[in-house]
Amino acid sequence: MTLKSLILILMGGVLVNNYVLQRFLGICPFLGVSKKFSQATGMGIAVTFVMLCATAVTWPIQTYILEKFNLGYLQTIVFILVIAALVQFVELVLKRFIPALHRSLGVYLPLITTNCAVLGVTINNITDGYNFLESMVSSLGVGLGFLLAMVLFAGVRSKIDNSAPPKCLQGLPVTLIAASIVSLSFYGFASVVENLLK
Amino acid sequence: MKNNKLLILLRGIIMENPVLVLVLGTCPTLAQTTSVIGALGMGVAATLVLIGSNAVISALRKLIPDTVRIPCYIVIIATFVTVVQLLMQAYLPALYEMMGVYLALIVVNCIILGRAEMFARKNTVLDSTLDGLGMGLGFLVALLAMATVREVLGAGTFASLPVPFFKTYHVPILVQAPGGFLVFGILIAVMNKIKEKEGGVKRKSFSCEGCPSAAHCKKASCGEMSEFHTPAKEVNEHDA
Repeated sequence: MTLKSLILILMGGVLVNNYVLQRFLGICPFLGVSKKFSQATGMGIAVTFVMLCATAVTWPIQTYILEKFNLGYLQTIVFILVIAALVQFVELVLKRFIPALHRSLGVYLPLITTNCAVLGVTINNITDGYNFLESMVSSLGVGLGFLLAMVLFAGVRSKIDNSAPPKCLQGLPVTLIAASIVSLSFYGFASVVENLLK
Repeated sequence: MKNNKLLILLRGIIMENPVLVLVLGTCPTLAQTTSVIGALGMGVAATLVLIGSNAVISALRKLIPDTVRIPCYIVIIATFVTVVQLLMQAYLPALYEMMGVYLALIVVNCIILGRAEMFARKNTVLDSTLDGLGMGLGFLVALLAMATVREVLGAGTFASLPVPFFKTYHVPILVQAPGGFLVFGILIAVMNKIKEKEGGVKRKSFSCEGCPSAAHCKKASCGEMSEFHTPAKEVNEHDA
């Protein structure tokens, strides 16, 4: 495991395998909370934060408890419960110790429990056979990728709002078509990352 | 009475189609529709989980305390997902590989949690089972419709069998990520157009009402959702 492989995992999560735009995980907040730049940033930071916490907790559980006692089949149940509990816990801790951060991220936290990107990244880290450090880096990458997608799309959304598409395209359809074009643009990044580290 | 039961079943398939009308469960709709077989697997798996979780949640509706109902629902749903995962791993290993992480992610599919919250906790076991079956079939139908468009136009095959003409002239981008957003957007636009002609214009927006965190969602977007739900009448409709 070299620094290069870690950077590759990080950039892969941010640009190549962007969870929202390439793997369709976390579409709900992507479409629901990307209307304003400030909301998109807040949601993105909150998701990144929870992803890091969730990975820090679920990776040891998987390795030292589930695999050790041959309980691998309980993965889905254990992970979702751990994430749900963790989100509650993080909210309480933030409220008590860092009220400023809680004020800015607090509203987004309850939404994250049922965010499939968080469960998805913790399960994928296990499936990909990453060690603890790689898992954390991968989660950071995926979280930053989510943030990037949210922020970029918030910019696109503000332009769409000023346009007048045909009636049947208004609302969700035009948003989805815009997402399609943003997703297409991420194909350009794939080769950048490939060539960057050669 | 019998008509009533039929209505519950049909509502999920047509009038309240979870994907095309309620716009729930967008993630699997976009991710698992690159091939008809994948869509079939996803649809059947989700239907089985939906029937099971709806039946159990409805049976336990008087026992589950209101304040901790969401965690309870998640445990019940996760149990059924695990059952389906193990069954599929044992009997359909190829499909299991193909679906990958999305199979486990049925746990956080808003259709399932949404039906528990909106239907199963207020209705009898039989009604809830029928609702689960109807919603599951509705999800399956929508997935198949989208997968058919994407696979035939994007790969020139249908359920891995080559389709003449399209085999030679296909648009590969449609089976890739951007195509998913595009086809889904156009499909919803077509549904809008049909409804527009019928008179009852009900514009589709990204709906959160089935999602248990909907209240937070509205809070998070500071009333932006209601703007998203324009016209204002629609919001009341959803709330009711």
